[in-house]
Amino acid sequence: MKPPPFAYHRPESREAVDRLLAELGDEAKILAGGQSLIPILNMRLSSPAHLIDINGLAGEAREPVHDDGAVRFGPLVRHADAEHGAHPLLDAAMEFVGHPAIRSRGTVVGSVAHADPAAELPAALLALAGEVRLRCANGSRTLSAHEFFVGALENACGGDEWVEEVSIPTAEEGTGYAVEEFARRHGDYAICGVMAAARTDSVRLVHFGIASLPIVTDVSADDDVRARVREALTDVEVADDLHGTERYRRHLAEVLGERAAARAAVRAV
Amino acid sequence: MDVGPGDRVAISLTVNGVQRDVEVETRRLLSDALRHDLGLTGTHVGCEHGVCGCCTVLVDDRPVRSCLMFAVQAAGHEVKTVEGLAGPDGELSPLQQAFKEHHGLQCGFCTPGFLMLASTFYERAGEMSDKEIREALGGQLCRCTGYVGIVNAVRAAGKSA
Repeated sequence: MKPPPFAYHRPESREAVDRLLAELGDEAKILAGGQSLIPILNMRLSSPAHLIDINGLAGEAREPVHDDGAVRFGPLVRHADAEHGAHPLLDAAMEFVGHPAIRSRGTVVGSVAHADPAAELPAALLALAGEVRLRCANGSRTLSAHEFFVGALENACGGDEWVEEVSIPTAEEGTGYAVEEFARRHGDYAICGVMAAARTDSVRLVHFGIASLPIVTDVSADDDVRARVREALTDVEVADDLHGTERYRRHLAEVLGERAAARAAVRAV
Repeated sequence: MDVGPGDRVAISLTVNGVQRDVEVETRRLLSDALRHDLGLTGTHVGCEHGVCGCCTVLVDDRPVRSCLMFAVQAAGHEVKTVEGLAGPDGELSPLQQAFKEHHGLQCGFCTPGFLMLASTFYERAGEMSDKEIREALGGQLCRCTGYVGIVNAVRAAGKSA
């Protein structure tokens, strides 16, 4: 239960991170909040030869930045600093992201980059059509959330790339948002969760915690939500483990989907 | 800064108001540095992967799981542990006193984590519902008393604050 030895790097600029990754590639892992990485190291599920601790980057914003129709999260914005006021969906989602002590350290960008299929922020990013900006020594590129998430704990970063920013469009006037989640303990990973973003004529649902990727379902106002969710999950391989059987998760997906859609729709005008 | 595997780094951090200098391997967890290098064994270590909450301490006044942070990352920061709660003469803090009076502990293993986390919000507990207090404490596990006494203690401490 102790991390294996690693070489430790603490660069002070984004360019220095680029240079280290260009040199070390897949041998290195970025350490930001560490709330997913350090448990993995402690349990020795992974032993990267190098850790690049980005907590020493100089001049980084510590809070979300609102500009130009978007809310932008730099690599050191911690959950605790993004809990209130960044976006109504995040305001609702953040209380489900780990526990207070996790949110003190964990970062928004780190959670997105980790791409855990049971985590809230990747699902929120998909619900809000957010974007992820990657960078490396040769430049940067921006991917949609849909392009970024490739599989369970897998993202589209190349070996020398890292995530320098996550952004979401500013909340749209008249759109209603809601989050529903079921976990064994408040703050633990979801057995099933749903993000909902509703307009007057439709609602977008994003289910997380049930499959290797969050599942996006668009439901129109006339649809039966439970039937639409059932249909959307027909060909999806739904998780079946000691926390919940597949049948149970499919049931939760329908019930929580219906609740989230109803709560979001009430707020849509 | 670049440090090779197994190499040690000299760091300086403030623990309970006192500056402490210590040499650690970069993989040294803050929890282990507190217990083994600084002799502050009040911080307990349960699961060592961020589930049980026993090792919760404050870093720059925010609750942090000390098993999910490297000691080298605490360099230059202020850490507060359970040893920092009581007065210099050993007088219990209002929160500790409330835990004692309301059966908020039995074996005491989880207690340092509960105390440190609750110390960040108990003064507002008077305005919090039981559900809110339970959710705020939700990251901590207790395996003997159950949580009724703990919630009562936090609420009582909030009233006396």
